[in-house]
Amino acid sequence: MTPFLPTAPALPTPAGGPVLAAATPAAAATRRPVVGSVHSWDLSTGVDGPGTRFVTFLSGCPLTCLYCHNPDTWRMRDGKRTTADEIVAEAAEYTRFIKAAGGGTTVSGGEPLLQPVFTGELLHRFKHELGLHTALDTSGFLGVRATDVLLRDTDLVLLDIKSWDRVTYREVTGRPLRPTLDFAHRLADLGKEVHVRFVLVPGLTDAPANIEGVAAFAASLGNVTRVDVLPFHKLGEAKWQRLGRPFALHDTPCPTPEQTALARNIFAAHGLYAV
Amino acid sequence: MTATPVETTTVTPAQEAAHEPSTSGDAWAGFRGGLWRDTVDVRDFVQQNYTPYEGDASFLTGPTERTTKVWRKLLGMFPTERERGIYDVDTRTPSRIDAFAPGYIDRRLDIIVGLQTDAPLKRAIMPNGGWRMVESALNAYGYDADPAVREIYTKLRKTHNDGVFDAYTPEIRACRSSGIITGLPDAYGRGRIIGDYRRVALYGVDRLIVAKRADKSAVEVLWPSAQVIQEREEIAEQIRALEELKAMALTYGHDISGPARTGREAVQWLYFAYLAAVKEQNGAAMSIGRIDAFLDIYLQRDIEAGLLTESEAQELIDDFVIKLRIVRFLRTPEYNELYSGDPTWVTWSMGGIGADGRPLVTRTTFRALNTLYNLGPGPEPNLTVFWSPRLPEAFKTYAAQVAIDTSALQFESDDLMRPRFGDDTAIACCVSAMAVGKQMQFFGARVNVAKALLYAINGGRDEKSGETVVEGLEPITDEYLDYDSVLVAYDAMLGWLAKTYVHALNVIHYMHDKYAYERLEMALHDRAVLRTMACGIAGLSVAVDSLSAIKHARVKVIRDETGLAVDYVVEGDYPAYGNNDDRADALARWIVHEFMEKVRRHPTYRDAVHTQSVLTITSNVVYGKKTGNTPDGRRAGTPFAPGANPMNGRDEHGYIASALSVAKLPYDDAEDGISLTNTITPDALGRTPEERVANLSGVLDGFMASGGFHMNVNVLDRATLQDAMEHPEKYPQLTIRVSGYAVNFVRLTREQQLDVINRTFHGSL
Repeated sequence: MTPFLPTAPALPTPAGGPVLAAATPAAAATRRPVVGSVHSWDLSTGVDGPGTRFVTFLSGCPLTCLYCHNPDTWRMRDGKRTTADEIVAEAAEYTRFIKAAGGGTTVSGGEPLLQPVFTGELLHRFKHELGLHTALDTSGFLGVRATDVLLRDTDLVLLDIKSWDRVTYREVTGRPLRPTLDFAHRLADLGKEVHVRFVLVPGLTDAPANIEGVAAFAASLGNVTRVDVLPFHKLGEAKWQRLGRPFALHDTPCPTPEQTALARNIFAAHGLYAV
Repeated sequence: MTATPVETTTVTPAQEAAHEPSTSGDAWAGFRGGLWRDTVDVRDFVQQNYTPYEGDASFLTGPTERTTKVWRKLLGMFPTERERGIYDVDTRTPSRIDAFAPGYIDRRLDIIVGLQTDAPLKRAIMPNGGWRMVESALNAYGYDADPAVREIYTKLRKTHNDGVFDAYTPEIRACRSSGIITGLPDAYGRGRIIGDYRRVALYGVDRLIVAKRADKSAVEVLWPSAQVIQEREEIAEQIRALEELKAMALTYGHDISGPARTGREAVQWLYFAYLAAVKEQNGAAMSIGRIDAFLDIYLQRDIEAGLLTESEAQELIDDFVIKLRIVRFLRTPEYNELYSGDPTWVTWSMGGIGADGRPLVTRTTFRALNTLYNLGPGPEPNLTVFWSPRLPEAFKTYAAQVAIDTSALQFESDDLMRPRFGDDTAIACCVSAMAVGKQMQFFGARVNVAKALLYAINGGRDEKSGETVVEGLEPITDEYLDYDSVLVAYDAMLGWLAKTYVHALNVIHYMHDKYAYERLEMALHDRAVLRTMACGIAGLSVAVDSLSAIKHARVKVIRDETGLAVDYVVEGDYPAYGNNDDRADALARWIVHEFMEKVRRHPTYRDAVHTQSVLTITSNVVYGKKTGNTPDGRRAGTPFAPGANPMNGRDEHGYIASALSVAKLPYDDAEDGISLTNTITPDALGRTPEERVANLSGVLDGFMASGGFHMNVNVLDRATLQDAMEHPEKYPQLTIRVSGYAVNFVRLTREQQLDVINRTFHGSL
């Protein structure tokens, strides 16, 4: 969704005028204003982490998942050049609500780790300036770009483990699985809380062994407190059409409630809390 | 006022003795004493005697076989009612408190007894409001008016509608027909009065009559100004109404001269009082007040004494609610267009926190919500939870659960109301708060502030007819609208509108008091009553976005050959209301504040305190039809958003950002209420049922903490609503909430159904 933004006047900047000193060492080291390419922001409840959350969707993604419902986030150049100040100022408008309602902030996209300095800056300021719980929604493919400082400012990682079978993973995303698994191990070593997300696509990701693999892996880590089994849907198809890209899964059915329940049970069988 | 003449008003000593309160001792056994024993003070009684309940819903019981049987009988009648429009009507008997032989749903099974007429779903004529309306309503449903009754109300007894039109000015009439002011209660009962029905249960009628006689005596020693004379007559009528109430109850076999002695009697006495109100009056909103903590005192006493089981207590509430669900009024087709779905606004206010910090949540609060399961969802009674983050967690959880399961609840901020109105506040209609028994509202419907903007641009000419409705305004002739000039013109137009509006309301309420006085309802009020002149505005979101477009983008005016501005082209983007963006939201605050200020300048009938609401109910559709193309890009005829909602589709950051825009509206300038409707799909609250409940509770906490006043919550799928549109027979009880009240979806007009569906559905991916 394109937010309504005026073309002429700039978005309001916080009192104090121009960009303040960067909050994180990584940002300070660039000696430039902290800017990122942002697709949009939204308030959502219960679906981008726990409670009501201010969610920032960054532009740019290294994956090209067949089922993506936000293909308009793929290219960084399609995003809007936005300062960290602007995002934090916007999030500040919701701090009282979020604290009363329960929730926090989530940095998502696209792939936030494509802009690690910007992402790190946002997470740091959400956590320390606004006092809000922070979550990072990532595929883990660029996990190496997450610095320890960034992870320290992240309370929760929403990790998409899109498949276990390597061939399937590459077919779905266009990229290898390995970096995600490495990142998952790193998070487990840090004791960082992780929610695993798995998109169930009939005929593509639903092979029992595929699901079983993800489940066994997630269970072995020890820090996975929740698994979201997300049934494939086609609500994003119109976006593919607008971008002139063929939607490969046009004829793929959405999973039935029974199929989704079966998938959840596989995770549950490994002692995981799966919804 | 003109009312039924009586022979004498002097009271003999014998009569006085007969009204002496008998030993209320037995009835009040076990009740902790206080002020309430010596003066009529229900709030004190409740505060001294109620038992807060902080536990969960596990104690609740399901419907008894009897309840299900009675309800099923009615369910069997509803399809016929929907088909015909009404089930039946008595064309011969002008309704009165003591008119009609007693009626029952099922004589053997009814526990709480009493119907408006002698048969369930049979409506009555109430000509005091207006005779033409009665005739037109009867004809609409295929009935003929009775010539003898017609004779009375056209030749012998003047009506409210007659009086109003005698005193209306040409300007007011022009405003009504153009649609810049619509929905005025000049052809239907004004409602918005909540009798303190609990008084009848607590004290019995005789004690209340004694109190009113004392009031009368107090007024008799005052010098007879017009006001004093009016007051004396009103009190005399109130006493008469109380006598009629007793007589009516007697026909049902109940002597309500003394206080209720049991839980069953408390429910029955309270219901009789309410029933008398809805036999005498057909106000648009006939709300029932804050009654659950009160009733719980009696039910709890019985349960503790082993006289009542939980199941029996629930059954009493179920049966009571069944009665409330079948309150019916005869309405004209025009009325149904404005307020569709046969609303009665039997608004039951519950929950909230007392002045001493204890929650006013009791087991009966739970029992009342439980009726939505025991009887299935339903729009009436209009269950309204006074929400505070401080409410007991278990209650918050249950209320959120019920809201998600039934979409039949609305939530209002206890923290905003309590400091202004106290802890014995109740909502009339949808969002309009007042202290029960101490305050009443002069309902004023609403003005069309979007159309007012068009009038400002067109110098007082109507954009659809071209007629000049407002004299003396200069049109704006620019090709591109200039914000500053528009604001000056709009300010002047709003000033004119406020004056004409208060003028109309003064006429309406003078005449309503004179020809259709609410004798019974006012008998259940204190003598000194605060009156508010309850104004309202519609089309706020359209006006805000139009001003925002003019200010932040470029708006080109398209004119017809006479120079009338008939269309607008918006070039560029503008910040819209509903995105928590202060550039637009500040404009909304300005309109609300400015209009309220302008209204305040004009003296009111009976010195009523000026208030206003941002509330439309389903009249947003009618208002939209009467308004041409607007500078925000909206097309002529498109429905307005309901109440204070942002326009469909313009809120782009989710329903919370949308709600926070609305939360910024100043309640101090809109004490008659600010209405927000949220329709969301279940997954917009979370992925599991438990999460959804917790998240909804959190959203309400967050919203109220941010200054929000009211939220209707509909949790539905678009697919369900679309299916219900095509197959209403599958969804007889599908209830949704529109601005301020719950309505049976399949009873809306198709247009309104489409509006609800098109209204921003906040889904999630």
